[in-house]
Amino acid sequence: MTVNDNYKHAALYERYLRMKEKGLSAAQEKMISEELAAAQTHPPVDSAVDAQTPRTPIRSFYAFHDLFEINNLRLPTVSYDVSLRSIDELLERDKVREKDGFPGKIRVGRLIKPGRGGKDKVVVVPTTVEEKFIHDPNFKPTEGDPSGGSGDGEEGDVIGEQPVRQPDASGQTGPGQGEGGQHEIESSAYDLGKILTEKFELPNLKDKGKKRSLTRYTYDLTDRHPGSGQVLDKKATLRKIVETNIGLGNVPDVGDIDPTRFLIAPNDKIYRILSREKDYESQAMVFFLRDYSGSMIGKATELVVTQHVLIYSWLLYQYARQVETRFILHDTEAKEVEDFYTYYNSKVAGGTQVSTAFQLVNDIVEKENLAADYNIYVFHGTDGDDWDTDGKEAIPAIKKMLTYANRVGVTIAEHSHGASGNTEVERYLKKSGLLSERRELLRLDVMREDADEPRIIEGIKNLIA
Amino acid sequence: MELIDQHTKKIMEGCKARARDAGLRFQDESLEYIVTNRDLLELTPKVMIPTLYDYWVHDVEVLREKGKYELYPGNPYETVINTRPAISFYNDNNPDWLNVMIFYHVLGHIDFFQNNIFFKHTWEFDFTGQALSDKRLIARLRAEKGRWVDYAIEFARGIDNLVGYHRELSRVNHRRVSRKAERLNFYFDVFLQTIKKVNVSEYIKEVTRYNDCLKTYGEAGEESFFGEIRKQHPEFDELFKKSLKRQAPVPVDLLQFIGANSEFLNKENNRWMKQVLLVVRNTSIFFQPQIRTKIMNEGWASYWHEKLFLQDDRIKGHEIDFARVHAGVTSMPRVGLNPYALGMRLFGHIEKKADKGKYTFDFQKILDAHARKEYDAVTGRGQDYIFSLRENLCDFMFINYFVDQDFVTDYQLFVADRRLNQQKMVWEYYVKSKKAADYRQMLLDTLYHPPFITVDKDKTKDNALYLIHHFEGKPLVNEYIANTMLGIEYLWGGPVHLETSDVVATLRPSATTSAIRTATTTPSKESAPQEIKWQRVVYTMKDRKLSKKVI
Repeated sequence: MTVNDNYKHAALYERYLRMKEKGLSAAQEKMISEELAAAQTHPPVDSAVDAQTPRTPIRSFYAFHDLFEINNLRLPTVSYDVSLRSIDELLERDKVREKDGFPGKIRVGRLIKPGRGGKDKVVVVPTTVEEKFIHDPNFKPTEGDPSGGSGDGEEGDVIGEQPVRQPDASGQTGPGQGEGGQHEIESSAYDLGKILTEKFELPNLKDKGKKRSLTRYTYDLTDRHPGSGQVLDKKATLRKIVETNIGLGNVPDVGDIDPTRFLIAPNDKIYRILSREKDYESQAMVFFLRDYSGSMIGKATELVVTQHVLIYSWLLYQYARQVETRFILHDTEAKEVEDFYTYYNSKVAGGTQVSTAFQLVNDIVEKENLAADYNIYVFHGTDGDDWDTDGKEAIPAIKKMLTYANRVGVTIAEHSHGASGNTEVERYLKKSGLLSERRELLRLDVMREDADEPRIIEGIKNLIA
Repeated sequence: MELIDQHTKKIMEGCKARARDAGLRFQDESLEYIVTNRDLLELTPKVMIPTLYDYWVHDVEVLREKGKYELYPGNPYETVINTRPAISFYNDNNPDWLNVMIFYHVLGHIDFFQNNIFFKHTWEFDFTGQALSDKRLIARLRAEKGRWVDYAIEFARGIDNLVGYHRELSRVNHRRVSRKAERLNFYFDVFLQTIKKVNVSEYIKEVTRYNDCLKTYGEAGEESFFGEIRKQHPEFDELFKKSLKRQAPVPVDLLQFIGANSEFLNKENNRWMKQVLLVVRNTSIFFQPQIRTKIMNEGWASYWHEKLFLQDDRIKGHEIDFARVHAGVTSMPRVGLNPYALGMRLFGHIEKKADKGKYTFDFQKILDAHARKEYDAVTGRGQDYIFSLRENLCDFMFINYFVDQDFVTDYQLFVADRRLNQQKMVWEYYVKSKKAADYRQMLLDTLYHPPFITVDKDKTKDNALYLIHHFEGKPLVNEYIANTMLGIEYLWGGPVHLETSDVVATLRPSATTSAIRTATTTPSKESAPQEIKWQRVVYTMKDRKLSKKVI
């Protein structure tokens, strides 16, 4: 018993004595003495119990006023933008997923609204698929793709025509035969440039006639200069002002900035000034060839285009302006299209004649005398169908191409309903023996049309390494 | 997001009164919000339910929608959700006359939601409230369990199209069979037929005896009937009792089965996942009727906005504006399908036929084509008839019963297809068929239909789940199988088998034929005949690895 307890005890005892003087019954006497004998301190009040007692007095029913209550209301949820995860966060999360043992699910895709003359609008968006067991909507047990219709016409009547070659169908994007509406090129664009760049460079790259130019310059407003210059860079200026004011201790609370109190030093003004930029002359020419024949419906096209997008973006990343690209589409005849987006967007057309595309490349190279000045690369994507079954025309065209090309890469996206390794292109390429004889120059990559992205990248390795 | 102003609300209330007078039925309260494009982008992935639980896939979709909007700005007129009270969302810059039309359209939807029996399970409760409580539950779980909650949601959503929606619906409409009736059913259906194997005349004799007993003894009739049976078959009572015990268990869907039987989920630490499964399942079941009544619902709303708008005295002078918007929404495309147009015309067609009494037996008996055409019983019951349809049918029944040759002929409908013209290098769209049967089949083929997948309890052993996909002529999307099964394996806590059918390779035109084709002017490869051979296969997901075996 502590001193304190003793003291309390003594006080109680005194009180007992006083009560006894006034007279106590026997029962009371007994009770009190028992209590005194057992007299102990109570355990400290349990904090949990304490928490239950209201700390603030209970408000009376009439203490509620609309004005106070409504003013005190918070918005029930924060704005969606605040709680929304950004693409980076989502990707970060996807990495954690993989650590947890589940395959990643987020792809970074790009939505492209094509416009002529390079005025395309591109937006980077994440996409994902929620996998379920569903019936395959692309599966057609019978020929054709029946739909509803209305209006005049007897059975068998043709009611409309649509040109097969339809580059750049407005309002629709997507490679080949899209279902219409939006389409995304699926690619982990973020990591891709890096991965490919770290591992690869264009094979057999040689010094050719064209070189890095030291005499040609372009002028652009690229350099920045504080204090004076031609055009005020407002964003950079504001950033600088904020920096200065933080340095001066003029921004006490970053959550509540009052720009009227900013001090602005003359040097905070950032101008852009015209400067000389070195220009480069490209050394390499890359031809992208795509089979857009009727059999390339759906997946196969998507696969080929995806792979070409990847190679294309890698070239842009790695070789910036040193590489020029040309685009060729073919079915039974080949044609060159002006830009990647036309190439990417063109719809499915008729039959297949692979050799036409190779011949067109040969013609272009010859006519423009490209072989002297450029390292030449050709990437061709097809589903392997060729009406030129034995490659009678294709093989000579390829042989000719191999006389000047630094690398020819052929990608075959096999249809999942065909037997593997049995496409016409694959057969005649193998039969020709070129694949082994000219391994340095000619590569073949065969994958199923449902190949996933890692497989596609693997394919690029096959073609480039 | 804010409520519409008083002026606009008054227009809405006026629409409600007129719609009621025309026979539509719906609850008094409704909420109308003005939404910005941004609100819409954010609500769309959540099926317009603001209180739906948070999930990262929604974020992905919002980001994508935003990107899309940047490229292709656009804005719908309205969206309605099936809640109590019904909530609808509007674009903020509609003129009054347009609002009148849109409100009628919305009221058509609300009437449909609140009276169509395929929505019956949604009639009694407020889904936004339910969703809010689910959202809080998920948020709380997420605070405790972190990202694992999202895995549970993901995997449950992977199979949420396999929920037993129709079973759930039949349960709502189910009347409990009394014990008495059960005994009677057992006697006639099982005891006499399966156990005693009596012949038909004896069976009929028993039925007569039962009816006699009822007539003679009234209330005590059934007891006396069974008294006689007990005398003849002393074993009857015992057998009946046994049958009660043996009664078939209530069938369950995959989510329910996993929830009830997965060892993994039933471990102390994982029980919370069952709550997640339940939330996902309930949400899915709530939305099932929407997708199954798309044509009817849009058709019904379009039918009524047309009818009511034209009768509305408040819009004088805007008939032409209306006609333009209305035609834009409900025109039949030359090639393609439009649920608004199709549904509206079909309702109109049925109403006309029913007005003439053409859905009666008397009419069915007429064989003479001319007499059929001229037949008119002047019933005036057309509108009643379509009201009963909106109450009792879903898209499948609607199309299956009512797309007839008259409809296809009257509206000049046909099945369109396309083929390649090699010479001109064009796709030719042509009229493939004007037969009602073909048109109907084409429509039915486009309807929503999830695969029929059940658990095989006999083959589910050694903690390995065995699923059977009952084949209906279409393969599953191959690339989705792996991840879906990965999810099921996780929830089940053991290997998972899926028995399904896929296409056997080859049967494409051979090399020789394609060589011939180049030489001649035969049609393109699209029209080359393709035969399909199927094989039954079992996919197995074990330790997150997928394998396939042909059986």
